[in-house]
Amino acid sequence: MIFVTIGTQLPFDRLIRAVDEWAGAKPGREVVAQTGRGTYEPRHIRCMETVEPAEFQRLVRESQFIVAHAGMGTILSALEIGKPVVLLPRLAAHGEHRNDHQLATAERFGVRPLVRVARDETAIAGILDELELGTTESQDGAGRISDSASPELIAKLREFFASARPRRGVAP
Amino acid sequence: MSGPVGTLASGEPVRILAVASGGGHWIQMLRLRPAFAGYQVTYVTVGPCDASILGGAKLKLVSDANARTPFRMAWLLLRMAWIVLTVQPHVVITTGAAPGYWAIRFGRWLGAKTVFVDSIANAEKLSMSARLSLKKAHVTLTQWSDLARPEGPEFWGAVV
Repeated sequence: MIFVTIGTQLPFDRLIRAVDEWAGAKPGREVVAQTGRGTYEPRHIRCMETVEPAEFQRLVRESQFIVAHAGMGTILSALEIGKPVVLLPRLAAHGEHRNDHQLATAERFGVRPLVRVARDETAIAGILDELELGTTESQDGAGRISDSASPELIAKLREFFASARPRRGVAP
Repeated sequence: MSGPVGTLASGEPVRILAVASGGGHWIQMLRLRPAFAGYQVTYVTVGPCDASILGGAKLKLVSDANARTPFRMAWLLLRMAWIVLTVQPHVVITTGAAPGYWAIRFGRWLGAKTVFVDSIANAEKLSMSARLSLKKAHVTLTQWSDLARPEGPEFWGAVV
């Protein structure tokens, strides 16, 4: 099963259409997609508008690989489980996000072994073909990340919390 | 003066208010959980959320808003004010965006220590809510060392 997810905010028809057309050309593939409220109507993939957090985790875990927008929630969830993920960055020019920060996210995370970045929607089919052929599952946990922040960040935050003082206090 | 970890010198538990909107903001907050060990934490997010992973900590839900949804923003502001008043946090931490910014404003006003952790998604410039928090929070953090500046934001590490 291939899991497609576009996150919790705006629709992302450009990605859904690219995957749907790929699935149309490759009958027999099981594709499950969280599509939000787009206007494009997919014909070859199974769609849900939203996915509850526990179900999201299950789909990430059980998928062969993930195809997604370049959102941090999806990227971190994929890397925590050690699952390959294909990213198509949302672009403000298409009304897909408020700005183009997903380009920077994709560029920074695209260097990681489990992450592939599609420069645009026309590159999706080729990457999906490659992932299907290869042994895409990360075998010995290559590229997998731990489930918590860097030890330095945790330590500095704990130092900061230890500086807490009694409140001036305003009762409700 | 502080007492043992998680308490003030008086023995009162240190209350942390941990605020994140949905999607990646919330996932990044979850990755900070080891920092909260020993503290009394109340989480605030926009839902849906799997409360079972929070180890019994309190959870409050708010509706998200952004600069393009002024009425929802006004409602969020009131709701956050109420949450901060009732929780009475000693520390407010947020991984963004709008709900965390308001929690920092109200929290600081009522004497809490405040820290804004900008999303790791913002690799080239700070988010708007992080830029606003530079003047309001005790500490504003970027997760990319090249974005750190002497006057803030600071770089203390990243969620990955």
